[in-house]
Order: sequence, then C-alpha cells, then structure tokens
Amino acid sequence: MSRQHQQFRNYRQEQRLTQHRVIAAAIFVIVLVCILMARLFYLQVIEYDLYQTKADDNRVMLVTDPPPRGLIYDRNGLVLADNRPIHSLTVTPERVEDFIELKKALSSIIDISDSEWENFDIRLREYRRPYQSITLKSQLTDEEWARVSVDLYRLDGVQVEAQLTRYYPYGEAFAHAIGYVGRITANDLKRVDQQAYQGALFIGKTGIEGFYEKELFGEAGFSKVEVNARGRIMSQLERQSPVPGKDLHLYLDARLQQYAYDLLGDYKGSVVAIDPETGGILALVSKPGFDPNLFVRGISVADYSTLRQSKKLPLFNRALRGGYPPASTIKPFMALAGLDYGFASWTERYFAKGYYQINPDGRRYRDWKRTGHGWINLERSIIESVDTYYYQLANKMGITPIHNFLSRFGFGRSTLLDLNGDSSGLLPSNEWKKAKYNEPWYPGDSVNVGIGQGFMVATPMQIASATSALASRGRYFYPRMADKIGNEAAQFEGDLGGEHDIILKDQGNWERMVNAMRKVITDSLGTARRLQGTKYDIAGKTGTGQVFSLQEDEEYDSEKLEKRLHDHALFIGFAPAKAPKISVFAIFENGGSSSKPADLSKKLFDAYLYDKYPPHYDYLKGKGNE
Amino acid sequence: MSESLYRRMLTFANARLWQLVHIDILLIGSLLLLIGGGLFVLYSASGQNVAMVERQVFRFAVGMMVCLVLAQLPPKYMRRASPALYVFIVFLLIGVLMFGVGAKGAQRWLSLPGGLRFQPSEIMKIVMPMMVAWYFSNRALPPSFKQILTVIGLIVMPVLLIAKQPDLGTSLLVAVSGIFALFLAGLGWRYILGAASLAPIAGYILWQVMHDYQKQRVLTFLNPESDPLGSGWNIIQSKTAIGSGGLYGKGWLEGTQAQLDFLPESHTDFIIAVLAEEFGMLGCGLLICAYLLVIARGLYVAAMAEDNYARLLAGSLTLTFFVYMFVNIGMVSGILPVVGVPLPLVSYGGTSIITIMATFGILMSIQTHKRAR
Repeated sequence: MSRQHQQFRNYRQEQRLTQHRVIAAAIFVIVLVCILMARLFYLQVIEYDLYQTKADDNRVMLVTDPPPRGLIYDRNGLVLADNRPIHSLTVTPERVEDFIELKKALSSIIDISDSEWENFDIRLREYRRPYQSITLKSQLTDEEWARVSVDLYRLDGVQVEAQLTRYYPYGEAFAHAIGYVGRITANDLKRVDQQAYQGALFIGKTGIEGFYEKELFGEAGFSKVEVNARGRIMSQLERQSPVPGKDLHLYLDARLQQYAYDLLGDYKGSVVAIDPETGGILALVSKPGFDPNLFVRGISVADYSTLRQSKKLPLFNRALRGGYPPASTIKPFMALAGLDYGFASWTERYFAKGYYQINPDGRRYRDWKRTGHGWINLERSIIESVDTYYYQLANKMGITPIHNFLSRFGFGRSTLLDLNGDSSGLLPSNEWKKAKYNEPWYPGDSVNVGIGQGFMVATPMQIASATSALASRGRYFYPRMADKIGNEAAQFEGDLGGEHDIILKDQGNWERMVNAMRKVITDSLGTARRLQGTKYDIAGKTGTGQVFSLQEDEEYDSEKLEKRLHDHALFIGFAPAKAPKISVFAIFENGGSSSKPADLSKKLFDAYLYDKYPPHYDYLKGKGNE
Repeated sequence: MSESLYRRMLTFANARLWQLVHIDILLIGSLLLLIGGGLFVLYSASGQNVAMVERQVFRFAVGMMVCLVLAQLPPKYMRRASPALYVFIVFLLIGVLMFGVGAKGAQRWLSLPGGLRFQPSEIMKIVMPMMVAWYFSNRALPPSFKQILTVIGLIVMPVLLIAKQPDLGTSLLVAVSGIFALFLAGLGWRYILGAASLAPIAGYILWQVMHDYQKQRVLTFLNPESDPLGSGWNIIQSKTAIGSGGLYGKGWLEGTQAQLDFLPESHTDFIIAVLAEEFGMLGCGLLICAYLLVIARGLYVAAMAEDNYARLLAGSLTLTFFVYMFVNIGMVSGILPVVGVPLPLVSYGGTSIITIMATFGILMSIQTHKRAR
C-alpha cells in the first residue's frame, strides 16, 4: 500500500516544500542572529561605559598602607611609646566555607574567648570591603603563633598577620602624660580621613598620643592593586608610599617623672615640673595612674569598670583637670598683685593677730597660727605664711585687681599648648558670681580668695606654670610637652614665647619676691625651713588646702579626722633661685602637712640639678641627648 | 580578476577529487576556520594552558576522523540503520536511569568496560532527527495529523528520559532537533501557530516539573541582581566581561574579567564572553560569521539533497547546530536563562565535539554521495 502510494508521490513538490522550509529556516536564523548582534551592540557599545566601570571595580582595589607611627622620646632620648611587632589571627570571611567548622577547628588549637568571638561577629556584620580580613585574636603568644601556623594550611580563610602595635614600656607613671592609643571607633573615624585609617589599628586617644595624632600617624600610603576574583593581589598598578609618622621629642624627663610618681607614695596627688627657661614640662604626674597598654589591646569590660569605679580615680588626670584650692601657694602672687596695684609695700608694717575681722564684731577669719605673728611686713608674710596679712590685703584690693592680676599668670583659663582636656580652674570675679549665683561679690569672698581658698580653684598645671613665670621673673611661657617634632622645633599657634612677659610696675619686685621665697627655706621661722642644707638656693612656698571648712572655733585635729578629710598639702618651688632650671608644683591629696610636697620637691631638685637619683632609676636614663 | 579567482575557488571546491573522498571542502573549510578561532580563544580562556589546548586539539582530531569516516558512509545505510539506532539509544537512556553514573546530582553517563564513559543523550541529538527523517522518508509530505502525532510521540519518549536524568538543556535540544525535522517535513503553519499559542501553558507545566536548581536558574535569569554573589554571579560577570570589551576588545590575553577569574566557566560554557572581552564586538561578529558560513553551507546541503531523508536530516542537524550557538550566546549575554549548553566547536569539552563533528560527517556524506546528474 505504502509502496503504491509512493509511486504517486510528487517528489518535485516535496523537494520544493522542504526547500521552502529551508529558506524559512534561513530567515529564522538570520533574525535570531540579528537579535544576538543587537544584544552584543547593546552591551558592548551602548552600555560599554557601565560595564567598563564594573570590570575595573572588580579588578582594581585600593589598598591602604598604614604608616609606622612616630615614636615618643623623653628629653634624653628614651623611648616612651614604642612600636612592637605582634602577630594577630585574622579571618577573611569570604574564604571560610563553614564558620561552625572553623570555630571547632580553631578552638582545638588555641583558646579563643567568647568575647573575642562576639567581637568578631560584630565586626563581621559591619560594612567592610569584600575579602578584607577581620582580626579574631590579636597579640598571639609565640606558642599560639607556632600552633596556629602549623595548622594554617587546613584552615581556609585564616591567616596570621604581623602588625605593629603600640607599647608603653614604663606603664602607669606615664599614662597621664603620654596618653594612649586605642582601637579606632566609629566616632574617631568622623574626625579623620577614613581612607587613610583603613589599614590602621590604632588612633591616639588621650595625652600626647591624642594631641599629636596627625604628626605621629604620618601619611598613609596607597596602592592600587589588581586583584583576582578570590581577592588575591595579582599586580600593583600604582603605589604611593606611606610617610612614617614623625617622632616626638618631649621636654619630659622620664627619670624625674618616675621619681616624682614614686615619691608621692601611697598618696593621691600630682606633681608638675616645668623648665622656666622654655616652659617645657619636665614631669607631669597624676597619681594613681594606670597601665596604658591595657587600652591598646582593647580593655576588657571588667578591667575598665575596675578602673572607673576605683575611689582613687586612676583615670582622672589630676595634673590637668584636678581643681584644687591653691591655698597659701597663691600668696606670692597675691603679694605681687598688692604691690602692683599699690595696696601693699615692702616696708609697711602690719600687726598680725590670730585672726582677722572685716568689721569689728564680724566674723573672725583665723590665722593658721592661733597666737598670731606679731609685727610683720610683706616679706615676713611670705616667710611665715601669714594668713591675716592676706585677708586684709585681699579685702583692701577687692576681687577685680586680684582677678586681673592673677589671670596674667594663667589662672582661670586653659593655657596648655599641646595637651587636650585641661580644666581652666576657677578665677572668680564679680561677673562670675553674678552669673553663677546671682549674688554680688562680698568682701568676705575676697578675704577667702586672699589665701587661695573660697571660690578659687586651680589645676596643678596652672599653679606650676604660674610658679615657672615667677621663677623666670615674669617670663611667662605657656606650658608645653613637645620640644621637637621630627627634626624640627615644635611650633605652636598663639605661642608668644618671651614676648608674653608679665611686666610689673616695679620690675625689682620679682627679685624681692624670689628673695622672700628663698627665706621661706632659709629663715628660722620659714615654713619650709626643713629644706635647708642644700648646695643651691631653693625658693618656695608651702600651702595647706582645706578640704572642708572648720567652724570658727573648731580646732583642726588630724588625729581625729578621717584621712580623706585631711588637708591637701601643697608646695611650689624652684631652684636654683638665682637662675632657675626647674620649677615644681606638688600636691599630696589629704597629705596633711606641707612637709611632704616640700621634701618631694627638694628631692626632685637634687635629682634634676645634680643627678642625685637613687641608682634604681638608671634604666630610665636614656641615651643622652642626641 | 577577483571574479576569476572566485571561479577558480569554486572549481577547486567542486573538484571531483574531493567528491571521491567524500569531503565537502566548503564545509570543512568553514569548520576549520571556526575551530582555529576557537582554539585561539581557548588558549586565553584557559589561562594560557597549553596542555588544555592540546587536549582540545586531540579531541578535534578524533572528531575530524569520526567526521571523515561517517562521510564515507552512504546516506542510504544511515537511513536503514536509523530505527534500530533509535531503539538502541532509547534502551541505553533507560539504562542510564537505572545504572548510570553521574555528577552534581544528575545521571548522564554510562560506564563502559575499560573506564570509558559516554553519554547516550548526546548521541540522541543525532539519532533523533535521523529517526524523524526516516519516518518521513517513505511517506508523502506534508505529514498528516496522525503522522504528526506519531512523530511527536517519537520525540517525546527520549526527551522525557533525558529530562529525567535530569538534563534539561540536552532534552530540549533533542526535542528541538526532532521538531526541526518535523518542520522541514512541512508541518502545517497552523500547527506551528497553534503550538506557539500553547507555549505559555507548556511553560507552566514545565515549571511544575522542573527541579529547584532549574527553577533557580530561571529566576536568576529574570533578575540576576537579586543574588549577585550567588546564582547571579555568573551572568553578571559574563555581561560585565562582554560589555567591557567594547567594540574592539581589550586585546588577546588582556581581558581582566577572564584572566583574573571573575568570569566563571570561562573555558567552557562562557567562552564567548572571553572572546567578547578580548576582541570586542568585532571579534564576536567574526565568530558569528564563521558560524553562519557553516550553517549556510549546511542549509545548502539540505536544500540540494537527493531525497527527503537526506533533506530533513541535513536541515535539522544544521539548525540544531545553530540553536546550540544561539542558546549559548543568548544565555551568556543574558537574553536566555543559563542552561548548560556549550558553544559548539569552541567550548572546551569532550562529548559534544565528537557528536558535532559526526553531524558534519553526515552532512558531507549527504553532499558527496549524490548520483551524478
């Protein structure tokens, strides 16, 4: 049947049918090819720029090359802030197949605390460039490093990275002077160039580290690199080398600093030593301190709360922020004010009773000496620290001349050139009281200010820099930490240097005042006569700051009082008196008697001027000045 | 002058000597052009891996031998063997489902003694149009409705077996090769339009039977940006490679997408993106021209063939070859979903080269075994 049918088939027509279909198919082919070409035209010509950019974004990565941080040296070339290589365990999340497996594998090799995992998880969720590694555990010990290195081959995405970390070799005595660096927070990134800090581990937080962040950091280097799809760097396209941070050379004397810190003993307190010739800070001590290295690693919550909750306030920088009544250490300045404004003279005699009254029958302002000092003059008032003399002087002057005169010595304002966060203390005035209490200034307020009490509050740094101005006979320098930045002398905006001299109406009063302050030591009634017997002349002034007010008739009995209510013991001094090389302010909180800071100051003078340090401070000697 | 050169070339191509050894010089020539260009791109796409290029050359050598051997076989023997081959391969496909070895969750290979493996579905790409052509070889064209149904049955059976492996790409190509034969046989336009209007329903059914990973591919195709690092990665990177090549390309071995491994599967399915990146639209145009030469010759062979069997077989093999190319370039450039279809004769890989070269052996046989007129 089919064979028969076949015989009647029109082969020609069938061939033509198929041929037509072939032509139709050819048209179909051409149409589809046109679609393909149109698609290629769209991608390669119309959208070319878009895909060109995408391809470059794929392959080109900007890598930040963090510069090595500048070192901090003391005046003798001793390194106070160093860079040390550490090894950190880092993880590149993109290369990790299974985090749970990784966690298991790592835990069997080294200890990784829960908080380290937590931190890692937090940083994992934050934005970061693909293939950028995250630190899991920093500062591996040599043993941990060795153990991880052995197993690294089977831990995909895990690597050990060598980094430089900050290290403060001399710990807590220097914490408040040098400050510290810490992990970069989101807040820190707001004030710096984020790109530059991309590869950086730390940023200066406080002290010198904080203030000189820019100089110490240097300039980040950048390289444009070509990476493959797995983030591996294939070639370098462009490179800009990092500029290392500048080294800082401080005026600070490490031995003096440590010695002063140790001499404070178990007391809380502060010591500030300044070179009167330059305004350079030789020692900046606030006790207790803390180990700044804790902050470099990222302090644990427990450690931090211990520090914060300590009643001794170790994190509080007393030297810069501690507000103390300057007490009797204000008297030399007060006397100079009286002289300058014509309210006092060197010759005028005054009968000092055991108390002072503004009005007869008024409140009795008591002298520290119940029996009084008898007939005295201005010089005697310094030597014996006669309170009543200054009560009457201050009452005569009133607050305005006091305010104006003392502010020339830096009281009541921030004067530090290169440390942040200092308090301006309080130098009261009419206006201030009006604004603060909406009350007029009473004569009694002046009387209290006359002996550095009452409303007046100053920081150790302020009293020290005022003392330094006294030592240099009116050459007022803003106190400063840095001597040289890199190889260049530190320059400060608004630093007037020697031009900022305090000019008295009678410039001879400087010398006379220094003389009176020498007699504080040399006179048989001098309040610091215990400092006698040095080869060089010391000029000084003691002070005892009341922590709480005694009632009019109450007797101060240190035996009965709790230690925390004991008076603050203060001393200002400089030596050698003729051409001072060092001026010191020392305060022992609740130290009771001013003999403690006086003795401390004398030891510092001996040490600084004649190198009489106990031998165990040799490790802080440094290499000597380069 | 150029006229006479063209004439001389034509004379050369039609020389009786070639006819005697059953070689169609125009087809072989354009194939060699395509293969040569492909090797050139493969060298770059493989990361300048000479060993890989050598293996590919070896495959082409084997493929060329298969091609030349098949060219010697007169079409009438092929026709006679067609139904037996079809039944045999269908049995093998069933065998694959029962005893096959696989990779990535799919069973596609049969193990042969001696450690060899082969993929029956690959051979089905040739056997399918052979079967349809055979079916129509002793029937009058155009086909009746009943014949159409029969042919659809012949197509659907192996297609389902292959889809079940699962290998959606191959099963569709096998279906397409059969349908092309049916089309060339003169399938009525009303059926074609009817089928086209049923396509949405077919699509829905297809979606229902698809595996999750297959569905994922389609979803990714529709919106690759939804998962840029996961399933969308391939297509985003291949579009980037193509687009960044521009008109003239970045230069041989200079394609950053390909050389820095951003482009996945750059030496296999996505090799056209390497070409597009390094040689630009110009390079792609030239490659497509080489394909068109092959296809044009194939369609010419089909149109000029002696009988229905030869016409349908040659035509559908050629069109299937085109579909390969179109689907591959379409998927790499993002106008079709990603199905695992290599770029014929250019992508690195074993089985497909042999089957494609076998295809052209059949075409040469058809062209060179015609009785002299």
